[in-house]
Amino acid sequence: MTVKYTPDHEWVRLEGDLAIVGITTYAAEQLGDVVYVELPALGKSFAKGADMAVVESAKAASDVYAPVSGEVVAVNEAIVGNPQLVNDGPEGEGWFVKLKLKDPSECDGLMDAAAYRTHIGG
Amino acid sequence: MTQLRSTRGEAGDGAPAPKTVSGSRGLLQAASLLFETGSADRSGVDFPEAQGLPDRLGGLRRKAPVGLVGLSEPEAVRHYVRLSQRNYAIDLGFFPLGSCTMKHNPRLNERMARLPGLSDLHPLQPASTVQGAFELMAELAHWLLELTGLDAVAMSPKAGAHGELCGMLAIRQALIARGEGETRKRVIVPASAHGTNPATAAACGFVVDEIGATEEGRVNMEALREKLGPDVAGIMLTNPNTCGLFERDIKEIADLIHEAGGYFYCDGANYNAIVGRVRPGDLGVDAMHINLHKTFSTPHGGGGPGAGPTVLSAALAPYAPIPHLVRRDDGALDLIEHAAEAAGQPFGRMCAFHGQMGMFVRALSYMMSHGADGLRQAAEDAVLNANYILARLKERFNAPFAASGPCMHEALFDDSSIRAHGLETIDLAKALIDEGYHPFTTYFPLVVHGAMLIEPTDTEPKAELDRFADVMIALADRAASGDQSHFKTAPRLAPVRRLDETGAARKPKLRWRPEEAFKHAAE
Repeated sequence: MTVKYTPDHEWVRLEGDLAIVGITTYAAEQLGDVVYVELPALGKSFAKGADMAVVESAKAASDVYAPVSGEVVAVNEAIVGNPQLVNDGPEGEGWFVKLKLKDPSECDGLMDAAAYRTHIGG
Repeated sequence: MTQLRSTRGEAGDGAPAPKTVSGSRGLLQAASLLFETGSADRSGVDFPEAQGLPDRLGGLRRKAPVGLVGLSEPEAVRHYVRLSQRNYAIDLGFFPLGSCTMKHNPRLNERMARLPGLSDLHPLQPASTVQGAFELMAELAHWLLELTGLDAVAMSPKAGAHGELCGMLAIRQALIARGEGETRKRVIVPASAHGTNPATAAACGFVVDEIGATEEGRVNMEALREKLGPDVAGIMLTNPNTCGLFERDIKEIADLIHEAGGYFYCDGANYNAIVGRVRPGDLGVDAMHINLHKTFSTPHGGGGPGAGPTVLSAALAPYAPIPHLVRRDDGALDLIEHAAEAAGQPFGRMCAFHGQMGMFVRALSYMMSHGADGLRQAAEDAVLNANYILARLKERFNAPFAASGPCMHEALFDDSSIRAHGLETIDLAKALIDEGYHPFTTYFPLVVHGAMLIEPTDTEPKAELDRFADVMIALADRAASGDQSHFKTAPRLAPVRRLDETGAARKPKLRWRPEEAFKHAAE
């Protein structure tokens, strides 16, 4: 099981041809209490880097970008009803969507955990 | 509204305020909801019984009571006066809310707006009976065109974002007229633009393409050049931008966008910083809204409606919305109400009538009482005051763009100096409330971490700025001394303690429901 990161603070966990996507712990901490999440429709396809979801806190509203190209095969409805889950477990039960990978080689360009830690200055 | 109840028993942490039997605190009266105060059988007005009127409602006549509460006049008066006394307003003190231009609203404007010949008009009156009001609108339009150096102005938009919508719809109409309505769909929006800009572009059916800011807080020209192409409809730029900086490359940006075949929308929300100094028309702007309620001092922020007249270049003028004024051969003014009567090809109508007349009166009163020299000095004083705040505070609060040259009408700081002491921007803002100030704008713009945006406006004297700066510096000292709880428990002295913003967003109560009120009473 590999977890990769984007410079825009999304994480991607690769499971076979599925990519589970969410926002990083760092992103969740920076946003503060998440109050609203908007997820894409099932079956919708996104190109890498496209606006895929919206996450909103009392401080800011941010786009969540598709870290890799793919089709949405599952969304985490639980975080829509209870956005606190994103703060409680951003890299666990606070996941956003599952994408069916279009081009697995796109994952190679993403950061590993160590590179991401350096990216956020940690 | 239910948060008003919290004055009866404070839930905030830190030292609790003493509880009273009545719920009032000294002479600050407890405030209940109208539904809790009134009852259905009470009324403040005694209407005569209707006699001998035929009933034309037929089967539509209401069979059950509406369920609204009635109030006596003193109950209604007390309710609103009590609420007003909990409010903070520009008439009470310094209101440094960045990007909002909370400056003084001269009382002369109010007097003019209340002249019966202006205040008692009805928008459906025949044109021949409102020639004075039309002349006033035409005079205001003349001033706006003279100040901005543009060709036409749409007076009807009701506020800033409505003006943006007007400008972008004019751009869309112009593209359609050029046969490029389907091919030019991309609108470039810099990160330093107002948040409403991308929303407006998207609402008009454009695709928003964001470009980043440079280290110095201005548009990244390299990124802009890369984005230009035959599918670009235009750019939406805020100048001065939300970092409080003048976009020095604005003329080049205009030229580039025009060469690429697009239009230049300039968000004029911060126009108050440059009135009389720069004419946007000379910079190549095609459309710009003007917030009369900011730049020309008409009340806003709960004190009154906004008004966002939108000036247009010669290229966009033919597409201005209806209705608009036209001078007939006999010298009389009239309204063009239908697209077929218009000289150009209006994109449509923004609203039922011709705009916020009351705000037009106030804005023109402000302009004429200041004169050209006064308007220019107001802009200069706004910039001077912001730079004074920047100069006094930048040693204690990090000003990320201080090296980018003087700021315009607002000073921007980030949270790095207080974050070092375990505090966030929100904590400092709440501590300011205890000191008797409305907080600055927090967490906007997003391009800096934990933004604090301070706009002192032109109407504050140096002594007031010094008092505010002294408080900010004292709070910085307190933060540095490690007294975190002073900030984390603030506000302690306001009518209500720190409100649960997360709860309000996650579980908003948007209307009063009797069952909830009864449940509350039973608890």
